[in-house]
Amino acid sequence: MKNKHLQKISFIILKMFPNFKQQYFLSRLFHRYRDLAPQLVPLDYTNQPDVRLPYELIGSMPELKDNPFRQRIAEVFSEDGEGNMTLDDFLDMFSVLSEMAPRDLKAYYAFKIYDFNNDNFICKSDLEKTLNKLTRNELTEDEVRMVCEKVIDEADLDNDGRLSLEDFQHMIVRAPDFLREVCNFHHRFTSTMRGKMRKKIQEITL
Amino acid sequence: MMAARSVSFDADAHFMEAGMESPLDEDRVHDSFTQLIEEQSQDLNNQAMEMSSLDLEDETRDDVPSLSGAGSCVGVCEDGGDTDPLMEPCWSTATLRVLSSMPSRTIGRSRGAILSQYYNRTMQLCRRRQSRPAVHSFSRSARPSICGYRVETDPANFDREENKRERLVNNLQSLSESDRVRMLKAIPLNLAEKQELRRLALNKTDRSLSRSEIPCCSQLKYYIIIAFRQSWYVWLSFLSSLQLWQTALKTVSGRFGTGVLSYFVFLRTLLFFNFFLLLVLGLFLVVPQAVRPPTPLSSVHFYGLELLTGAGYFTDSLMYYGYYSNYTLTKTCGNTNDQSSCGFHLSYNMPLAYFFTIGMAFFITCIILVYSMSKSFGQSFRVDRSKGLLAMKVFCSWDFKVTKKSSVRLQSENISTQLKELVAEVNRKEVKSSWLQRLATVCIQILAWTICIGSTAACTCAIYYFSEHMHKDLQVRVRSSSNTTESLLLKEASLLALPVAVSSINLLIPGFFNTVAWMEEYDSPSKRNYVAIFRNLMLKVSVLGVLCYHWLGRVAADPGSVSLKCWESFVGQELYRFLLMDFIFTMLNTFFGEFLWRLFSQKVLKKERKPVFDIARNVLELIYGQTLAWLGVLFTPLLPVVQVIKLLFLFYMKKTSLMMNCQAPRKPWRASQMTTFFITLLCFPSFLGAAVCVTYTMWTIKPSDSCGPFRGLNTMFQSGKIWVEQLAKNDQKFSWLLLAHKYLVENPFFLFLAAGIFLIVIYFHSQVVDGQRKIIELLQEQIENEGEDKKFLITRLQDIHEQKRPLSSRRIRGASEESSFS
Repeated sequence: MKNKHLQKISFIILKMFPNFKQQYFLSRLFHRYRDLAPQLVPLDYTNQPDVRLPYELIGSMPELKDNPFRQRIAEVFSEDGEGNMTLDDFLDMFSVLSEMAPRDLKAYYAFKIYDFNNDNFICKSDLEKTLNKLTRNELTEDEVRMVCEKVIDEADLDNDGRLSLEDFQHMIVRAPDFLREVCNFHHRFTSTMRGKMRKKIQEITL
Repeated sequence: MMAARSVSFDADAHFMEAGMESPLDEDRVHDSFTQLIEEQSQDLNNQAMEMSSLDLEDETRDDVPSLSGAGSCVGVCEDGGDTDPLMEPCWSTATLRVLSSMPSRTIGRSRGAILSQYYNRTMQLCRRRQSRPAVHSFSRSARPSICGYRVETDPANFDREENKRERLVNNLQSLSESDRVRMLKAIPLNLAEKQELRRLALNKTDRSLSRSEIPCCSQLKYYIIIAFRQSWYVWLSFLSSLQLWQTALKTVSGRFGTGVLSYFVFLRTLLFFNFFLLLVLGLFLVVPQAVRPPTPLSSVHFYGLELLTGAGYFTDSLMYYGYYSNYTLTKTCGNTNDQSSCGFHLSYNMPLAYFFTIGMAFFITCIILVYSMSKSFGQSFRVDRSKGLLAMKVFCSWDFKVTKKSSVRLQSENISTQLKELVAEVNRKEVKSSWLQRLATVCIQILAWTICIGSTAACTCAIYYFSEHMHKDLQVRVRSSSNTTESLLLKEASLLALPVAVSSINLLIPGFFNTVAWMEEYDSPSKRNYVAIFRNLMLKVSVLGVLCYHWLGRVAADPGSVSLKCWESFVGQELYRFLLMDFIFTMLNTFFGEFLWRLFSQKVLKKERKPVFDIARNVLELIYGQTLAWLGVLFTPLLPVVQVIKLLFLFYMKKTSLMMNCQAPRKPWRASQMTTFFITLLCFPSFLGAAVCVTYTMWTIKPSDSCGPFRGLNTMFQSGKIWVEQLAKNDQKFSWLLLAHKYLVENPFFLFLAAGIFLIVIYFHSQVVDGQRKIIELLQEQIENEGEDKKFLITRLQDIHEQKRPLSSRRIRGASEESSFS
């Protein structure tokens, strides 16, 4: 009962993982990636071709399509920082966003996602952006300002007026639901979804 | 390792990892501080005069990257008007190094920092695994000290980074396979880099481990695991879709906030309680009786009024106590042809079943109630005490799993409502008023309370005398004994008078309370709600108390006066009528009070505002109805059915009315403890009252002689005793049961003992929760203190540097001028 995907793939990364289960998921993810743009991504990855899928394709995946943070997610995980993803980046993203990823790792990437200006701190401006994305600009300016102040006041342990990764992790530890809620959409993709995706991709690319 | 959920991990070890960043490490950091300070002061003493220009250049060069790293954010913080005493521009390089190499600033900054961070972690893990106490045996840089960070702040220093990686790889090799995999998994690095690390780590150890062949059975195993997990996910999503009214509840909470949501959640809880009752009673009482119906009496004509009164046609039906037989149900054989089906003996002792089913239903309900109460107590304590609530809401509330467009919108609506509630709560704390104002509010509150208590007392008296009057009226009607259809109907209709009166009081008085509450002023809407709930509760409890007296004291004590053959059925009918009337009045209230009032105020008064959903009143109506249902279970085993139908109707009706007629409360507020409060109310006056009434009935009141499963007995309680005696008579093996019954059940001591143990358990539970809260507070304090410590040490370091500074200040200034020119 060998997987039909596995027979087709002979790319180099697969060889590095002796674990069959890993290979299985890798191949599934690879096909997921390839389904986004079959004409761009070759089946044979032995020579490690330099292929990047543009953000427009990544962002239109059903898991990301309606997520307010989709651009940030793509940017954080892409090597070039602009949301264009190589296969490695893509695998990276799914491994972090799966439910098996360690909490620290998730916290790290969640922090990156919320850190809009990439300065390794969540400042007021980052918070404002986060809030506006979260609430679809439903809060008034005053409310946004107050929430920002309170959030920094609550979570900032070293009193520097901004949140570092450690502050963020401290806070996450106190949120028992974080593990369950954040970054957990891996098991959502099923074959039906993939079929739908393919149709959509064709629409986009045509 | 890299593929998603490809490697199993155990939660235990994960927690260990999480626990590593605990105060233990802080000590080491502090140690390293003292080292650093010592070093610096030694520098001051010995080498201050010999400071070479090279060192200085080094210093100024060092400044640039560490400042530029923080620079962009400093700018933003200054924009925000936050000036931090620690953020002075004139920090020494040493301090800057410390500052920038503090874990809070380095984690995740650069690859080098990540590497060294995980290097330290692996080091700790090694130490922990080998439980080697000798820390000194390690080289100095191996310790998680700040000295070790010194070089890593410079991202340009690739040489050092390579060094770091080398050491990390070495450490990884010394770890066990599973630890290594977990560690690698947790490192926030690129996939390719992780592979590289893994390759390096594997290369140096024996290769035989890495390229083990995959046996065929393991493939099969993985397939099975995958299939199992997939089916588990399907099952999970199926379970979550089973959760009743999930979308409806989300819509409500999105638009109206948690306060209104708590009402609907409470309604759902009640529905589950009634489902449970229905299941138990239906399975053990109704179905056996329905399978073996007693000989039917003369058929009664159906008028239609019975649907309201529950009497007449329904009297001799499964619905009421009187219908149930008092003998052991056996399989009737002989009159049918299938003799073969009589092969085995099947008997069902109906009185016993009745007694135990009711008893167990109440007992299990009690346990569920207390359990959910204690659980929600714990939750609300935790919720209330944790400080970073707003931060968590902002960062952790987005459910990344949500992919549907409408759900996404709903979720963001929900989050923004909750954020508004939180902000409103924060704002409210800041308001203060003068003592004169406070005196005035207290006076008004006292006045309002007097009015409310007075009106409640008046209502109670009115119901007392009205029920007495109706009782006498019934006696007169019975004696007149005219058997025309008209008089019968009139008699039945007169039975409706009391329920209608009580329900209209229940409808009108809360409105009166609300008008009284208008003149009061409360700090927070939640406080206002609690007060309103308490007043309504007072009313409902006193009304129910009078009614219970009416049923158990007047009707049950002297059933002959109104020539009742079966007073239990009569009380059951009364309860049915009350429940139904309550429902009808709630419907009327929804229609007139909410729908027509909205139309009136919008069309005639030309007001924009819609009415606000009255949580206190609606919740108390629910509790009132539930109390009636619990009271009536003994007399009307099918009453839970009525209650379930009522609740189902009520949910959709209230939701529609809410969406159509109501608006979100003007002042948003967070109902953190509302659910706890409701459950407590449901447990304490409501369930306990009903249970006491039912127990009292079972224990002391004589059941009617001509109907029901307990006819001929002095009390319902005796049925158990008779059964035990019979058992003991038939079989000597069971004689101990008789003794046990005599000493355990009939002796009140054991009842008290059980209740005492129960109370003690509750007490311990609350103490544990309290203790946890205190520990949380202490730990929070500790974190704060440690922050202060760090600050102090940094300023100390800076002071030492200041002493050192004058010697070289000129040169630094010169250098900075140069750099500003260039």
